[in-house]
Amino acid sequence: MLEIMEGSHAVAQSVGLCRPEVIAAYPITPQTHIVEALAEMVADCTIDAEYITVESEFSALSACLGASAAGSRVYSATTSQGLALMFEVCFNCAGMRLPVVMSIVNRALGAPLSIWNDHQDSISLRDSGWMQLYAEDNQEAIDLHYIAYRAAEDHRVLLPSFVCFDGFILSHTYEPVDMLSQEQVDSYLPPFKPYHRLDAADPISFGLFASPDYYMEFRYAIDQAMNQARNVLPEAGRVFSEMFGRDYSGMVEEYRLDDADCAIVAMGSICGTAKDAIDEMRDAGKKVGLLKIRAFRPFPVKEVQKALAGVSTVAVLDKNISLGSKGAVALEIRDALYGSQIPVLDYIIALGGRDVRKKDIAAVVDGAEAGKGDIYYGLREEVLK
Amino acid sequence: MPLGLGCTARPGKSREYKTGSWRVFRPEFIAEKCTKCGMCKIICPEGCIGENEEGLPVPDYDYCKGCGLCAEECPSEAIEMKKEEK
Amino acid sequence: MKEDEAACVLFDAGHRACGGCAAAMAARLILDAAGKDTIVVSSTGCMEVFSTPYPETAWNVPWIHSLFENNSAVASGVVESLKKQGRKEKVIAIGGDGATFDIGVLCLSGAFERGHDFTYICYDNEAYMNTGIQRSGATPYDASTTTSPAGKCSFGNSRPKKDLPAILAAHGAPYVATASIAYPPDLKKKVEKAVSTPGPCYIQIHAPCCTGWGFEGEKTIAIGKLAIETGLFVSYEMEEGKITKVKKVVRKPVEEYLKEQKRFRHLFKPKRNDAEIAKIQAIADRNAEKFGIDIKLKK
Repeated sequence: MLEIMEGSHAVAQSVGLCRPEVIAAYPITPQTHIVEALAEMVADCTIDAEYITVESEFSALSACLGASAAGSRVYSATTSQGLALMFEVCFNCAGMRLPVVMSIVNRALGAPLSIWNDHQDSISLRDSGWMQLYAEDNQEAIDLHYIAYRAAEDHRVLLPSFVCFDGFILSHTYEPVDMLSQEQVDSYLPPFKPYHRLDAADPISFGLFASPDYYMEFRYAIDQAMNQARNVLPEAGRVFSEMFGRDYSGMVEEYRLDDADCAIVAMGSICGTAKDAIDEMRDAGKKVGLLKIRAFRPFPVKEVQKALAGVSTVAVLDKNISLGSKGAVALEIRDALYGSQIPVLDYIIALGGRDVRKKDIAAVVDGAEAGKGDIYYGLREEVLK
Repeated sequence: MPLGLGCTARPGKSREYKTGSWRVFRPEFIAEKCTKCGMCKIICPEGCIGENEEGLPVPDYDYCKGCGLCAEECPSEAIEMKKEEK
Repeated sequence: MKEDEAACVLFDAGHRACGGCAAAMAARLILDAAGKDTIVVSSTGCMEVFSTPYPETAWNVPWIHSLFENNSAVASGVVESLKKQGRKEKVIAIGGDGATFDIGVLCLSGAFERGHDFTYICYDNEAYMNTGIQRSGATPYDASTTTSPAGKCSFGNSRPKKDLPAILAAHGAPYVATASIAYPPDLKKKVEKAVSTPGPCYIQIHAPCCTGWGFEGEKTIAIGKLAIETGLFVSYEMEEGKITKVKKVVRKPVEEYLKEQKRFRHLFKPKRNDAEIAKIQAIADRNAEKFGIDIKLKK
């Protein structure tokens, strides 16, 4: 049954259905509505969880780490500066192979201070060992939480996961969503079975330090787990689509890409705008399609290669910038297409919440077809003078 | 040995490292002087002093680093530090 | 060793601590007192490094290390997880003075304010020993460290030791205590009391470091006793914010403690610095007055 809900409240409800046992979070715009809603559910006993009102994001994720090691399913949510403050703990969760799931309500990083959307926060944690899933709309944002828990806790994976969705654009927008029932979620997501846990009856030491004799092997093992996730994530998506009808079996999603000359590559809510723009361009006779990246980590190299094999130009919309280099998504796409001769043009776009309209997508496609790329799209030259 | 997933290890492994090899001075326990007060057992940073059936302290030289704390603190001067002969 | 004793060794031999290490002694005494149904959350530091070089661990109780500054927050998560699961293990967070006084104070304050049921134990060796004896907020006045070295225009650390027990007592902690490895039965009693008291409890264990302070390993306990006997470290208990028990002493002059350690050598060589020694004596005198530690001998 479809209900019209704010994105944050829909996510909070879906997280509640995942039966987290310990929630630790610290308020930060635009994540607050999620954690407020969860706090209400705990206060009303509609979910049975311990909610730790920590004094910082750093402690939020640290508490999740401890609770996960003790054997509980855990949840946190943050964004931007909060995620930056968690930096150290993020690497720790992955290294200790604790399947924490955390919502990232994507927001720009300061300075200058900005509360508006781009992907710099989660992209900056690219190398931390967390899976990263990006949602296009609120329905996908809530469904990806079920999938993230299932894949993260799978003993073939045992890695933490971000579920990323765009701040304000999705989090504060009311959209119709289909909320699963508790029975449905229970049938999809089994109770958390820790691989091992802190337990006086069976003591084990967690988080030892590794000499050069062992460190590389531990890092390799995390990377191997990411490789496993390349299978487990689509499998979790496939089971979900079999049970509930919505298809998340791909780590990428193609839109009108079959006969496209120009492919747009993007992540997150901008994909919705791109799809509308593509429909208009198609109506005007332009062969344009979209490749939506749903999983940025692990990066779906083979799927990207397959999807883009027939196109003549690729235009990547990067809501982030690896300063001194390119946008992070473009770098991945170039790497995936290495040797193919397909030009990959990068467009740094919509940083700090600048709006992107259909005409902007069309302008990007025009530019790409003319071979003009690797630019910041829509720079206000007049304020730079 | 498979890698301990998530940087983990099971108990008991530290005993595989024999810190007794660090020792320069060796505590010699003099049974006649010992009052079995147990001080040496309590304070040994290695926790490697046990006792025999008569209740006399018995060091585990596999782990004793020879720090001399037991000899220094023994109230009846029943422990003497002797240069290790290797 | 008898079999039942072997089973009781919760902090095992084979660890890489320096000979005569007070922190290693503390780890063993803490677990002796707390028992096997204890989960230990360790911060990064000497004790963590010397006890857990992969694949070896000296801990025969469940143990977790995450980062330098987050052991209180990790412990918060462990405590709430156990509560949710209906489990009864006790949780002890252990950190050195750098982790406790300085970098971890945010997490520590948060955890105490929230009132989680755990015990935080600081082994206080009065500097960052693991990284090579740098000054911390627990370093005493005039101690020479590698970042507060004595020099031509410096007498070492220019600030007194932070009063962390008072800060934690001000959080409403039901039980706050200080102890010294020089008095093992007292230390164990305090650990037993802390772990059996509901709510966040704090124990600060004075743990002389032979390597960092500059004395021979066999003197660890002797130095610890001198700290107490001179009044430079006071062993006491606070319950619900009130001091309820203090170890009383027949006080010795502070120089008996200072002259035994290389970190205070500059106060005696090349020539004796009476003015600075007097300032340290004044710290001890203030401690004595504040806590009432002096045993008055009849003349």
